[in-house]
Amino acid sequence: MRNMLSVQRLKKSFGGIKAVDTSSLDVEKGGIVGVIGPNGAGKTTLFNLISGFDKPDNGAIIFDGENIAGKPSAEIARMGLIRTFQLSKALTRLTVVENMMLAPQVQYGERIWNVWLRPREVKQQEETNREKAISLLEFFGLRSKKDDYAGALSGGQKRLLEIARALMAEPKMLLLDEPFSSVNPTLTKKILEYLKTLREGGMTFLVIEHDMHIIMQLSDFLYVLNKGKVIASGVPEEVRHNERVLDAYLG
Amino acid sequence: MIEYLITVVLIAAIYAIFSLGLNLEWGFTGLINFGHVAFMAIGAYTTILLNLNGVALFPSVIAGMALAGLCGGLLGIPALKLRGDYLAIVTLGFAEIVRFILLNEDWLTRGPMGLHGYSRPFEDFISGDYNFFLLLLMLIVLVACYLMLEQLIKSPWGRVLKAIREDEDVPTSLGKNVLSYKIQALMLGSAIAGLAGAFLAFYLQYINPRNFMPMETFYAWIAVVVGGSGNNKGTILGAFILWGFFSGTRFAQGYLPLSPTQIGALRIMFIGLLLILIMMFKPEGLLGKKEELTLIG
Repeated sequence: MRNMLSVQRLKKSFGGIKAVDTSSLDVEKGGIVGVIGPNGAGKTTLFNLISGFDKPDNGAIIFDGENIAGKPSAEIARMGLIRTFQLSKALTRLTVVENMMLAPQVQYGERIWNVWLRPREVKQQEETNREKAISLLEFFGLRSKKDDYAGALSGGQKRLLEIARALMAEPKMLLLDEPFSSVNPTLTKKILEYLKTLREGGMTFLVIEHDMHIIMQLSDFLYVLNKGKVIASGVPEEVRHNERVLDAYLG
Repeated sequence: MIEYLITVVLIAAIYAIFSLGLNLEWGFTGLINFGHVAFMAIGAYTTILLNLNGVALFPSVIAGMALAGLCGGLLGIPALKLRGDYLAIVTLGFAEIVRFILLNEDWLTRGPMGLHGYSRPFEDFISGDYNFFLLLLMLIVLVACYLMLEQLIKSPWGRVLKAIREDEDVPTSLGKNVLSYKIQALMLGSAIAGLAGAFLAFYLQYINPRNFMPMETFYAWIAVVVGGSGNNKGTILGAFILWGFFSGTRFAQGYLPLSPTQIGALRIMFIGLLLILIMMFKPEGLLGKKEELTLIG
């Protein structure tokens, strides 16, 4: 199968410290690939490089057949590669449904003149987007919260909202940065199910996770990062018994 | 008495428009502009200079707004790449640069002498009290500004601005060009300040650089904060309270055994007290939403 994302010889240093030095990392179309590693292994930096929030020193990032290394983050998002954040970022003083409706890509009403001169088209598109947002919120069990401020949600609900909001942008691939942190076990199970359902619908995922146990259940391929380097990769069963991985985790 | 009341409301309405521009930048987008008055000055001087050189009033006002907006955009391109506090410093500096240009480029602005002898809207057609007519015109413009801004704020465009205010990484991660939206907000806010400047000139009939001291910017900040950041109605209310108080206390002159300078200082002290009380008892502003303050990101 074709690769949706392929990272090649990617390097990034901060003041002489190599944060990321990844020779190769591939994500198949329709796959769920996990990235694990101890604290400070460079997982989030890797994500920042892929999503354009940081510029790599070297290397290539091929997304859907195009090299996106060094492109502005908004442009990468518009190409269909959407990320979430380790500390979930709900837009506090916007309602849940407003959070959702921010995401769709081509909105007429994002241009001042259209708002004043073509209010009908803007309104029509808003209604379509609202319906879509509400059905997605339904899927994530957040429908009853749609008019609440996003800041009033629990930590776990904010996670769900962030994933739902990313999906509103109709991405080709999602980068999830620790989607299970600060989420209770019940909700963790729920998110796992949602992600699997989405994968059946054809979505591709790259997921960072700190917790080995969860990521083993979710992903079909794993990369283990330590000090910016891939120290092991393979299906979860192989990685679980790899000595270098155990060393890195247990020190 | 009635003429006096007309002037009070007229001045308040002019500064309400001025404050609406700032509310768009700060209240909705989270941009710290400490040089808002510069765009009022640019709007006023451009309008009047064009008019004195034979251009009709309406296109002069449009040109004043356009130049104010353009300057806002040009200043924004380098300054908005910096984070919050730096924008505040750059805009504050810019406002003083503009004021000193107005003060020193005599060939263009007549320096401290200021400009006068320009025409005012529909002056030849109004037989009665001109200020009353100007007030009506001003209120129509204020309502129009308010409605157009409300429409924008409730639109997807306004939603992106609010998202930038909350956390700009989010709109960025969803593919929005954050810098472009910030520049648009700054341009529109500056153009609105330019419009207020043109009307200030019509009301005063004589403008000079002293009308555009840095303090004016901070009065607009007080109006926005008192009324409730991110609330256009609140901003208008705040402006009416503030400038209503300023003009209203001219009365006090006759009744208090104080010199004009002392009265002036006393007024500022009262405004300071008002601000402290609001921050203590209603920190979200008069029309702000209390529940917004209790939210955590």
